[in-house]
Amino acid sequence: MNAVSQASPSAGQGARIVTIDVLRYRPEQESTPSWQSYAVPCCEEWTVLDALNHIKDHLDGSLSYRWSCHMAVCGSCGMMVNGNPTLSCKAFMRDLPDRISIAPLANLGVIRDLVVQQNRLLDGLLAVKSWLIPRELPPRDDQYRQTPAQLAKYRPLTMCINCMLCYAACPQVALNEGYVGPAALALAQRYNLDSRDGGALERMQTTASDDGVWECTFIGECSEVCPKHVDPAGAIQQMKLASSLQWLAQRAPGGSSS
Amino acid sequence: MNAKVHYPTLPGNWWLKRPSYLRYMLRELTCIAIGAFAILLVFALLRLGQGAEAWQAFRAALATPLAIAWQLVALVFALYHSVTWFALAPRTMLLQIGTRRVPAGWIAGAHYLSWVVLSAIVLVLSGA
Repeated sequence: MNAVSQASPSAGQGARIVTIDVLRYRPEQESTPSWQSYAVPCCEEWTVLDALNHIKDHLDGSLSYRWSCHMAVCGSCGMMVNGNPTLSCKAFMRDLPDRISIAPLANLGVIRDLVVQQNRLLDGLLAVKSWLIPRELPPRDDQYRQTPAQLAKYRPLTMCINCMLCYAACPQVALNEGYVGPAALALAQRYNLDSRDGGALERMQTTASDDGVWECTFIGECSEVCPKHVDPAGAIQQMKLASSLQWLAQRAPGGSSS
Repeated sequence: MNAKVHYPTLPGNWWLKRPSYLRYMLRELTCIAIGAFAILLVFALLRLGQGAEAWQAFRAALATPLAIAWQLVALVFALYHSVTWFALAPRTMLLQIGTRRVPAGWIAGAHYLSWVVLSAIVLVLSGA
């Protein structure tokens, strides 16, 4: 068997025919997206991604979407399944009805079919300086030491796989083009909480700005849809608290007015 | 920017699209009732300062069916407001014991406990 048939096994006998409506966008031939239906013989063991691979390999090779790992680690295959932001490799056909809809992640620019722009997240990561800004030079033995308790403080936030489901779940992302967004802010807090890091004040230039945490109204859907239980909404509220305390500290007697 | 990228627009009724969005909008709406009731309390102080007659007139106004209906609505909104925010509070508070985060139930429970204690103090002070 060749690689293609391994990627999308034939459903064979007993397969359930599922009608999959895909919101397609082919910029060379249409100015707005349009729906296209496929009748796909599905195994109950399949995920939505398997069904898409079946379409691509056997029904319509022109369908475009991103995927890589097929195990909810790479964060590439996010899309709206029945209107819900979902990793298509993590959604099983057996849990879905005989007719499903698949659309590109909401609130993001659509490049083609299910492929969306990622610059919202990538620009956000740069804007919030989502990297370690060392508090001090490493000790003489060239290692930063960290206790298990210090690690535990930020570890859940490191689970982010940049899948952008949280952007699709957040109406604020659509309402304010400048809003940094849930994942980038959560990853800013990931470094703020790191005992080795000293960059929280620097990050506040963005995170405490009009495009930062104060744009969040705590709808909380970002955390609900997160496949890695990162809780960006919680991280953002913690940053609101830190930002408020910083504001107060600047105005307290003896505080720095910078 | 690629001119051929399609940018979706968010419909004005986006908050009706998911039950969680609707619950969020309801939670936000409750603050109007809470704010209105706070203004009512300030007004009550004002009337109290104007003497016994003004205070009795104010109390009588509060006892009309319409005023009672409004206070019941405000009570429901206040309860929804409190319960939803107490449920969210643990996620805002990053408390840790050793390598473990303090369970959400403890933090929410502490909020409910404070609520009960403060309400009891108010009741005692008011001579109920």
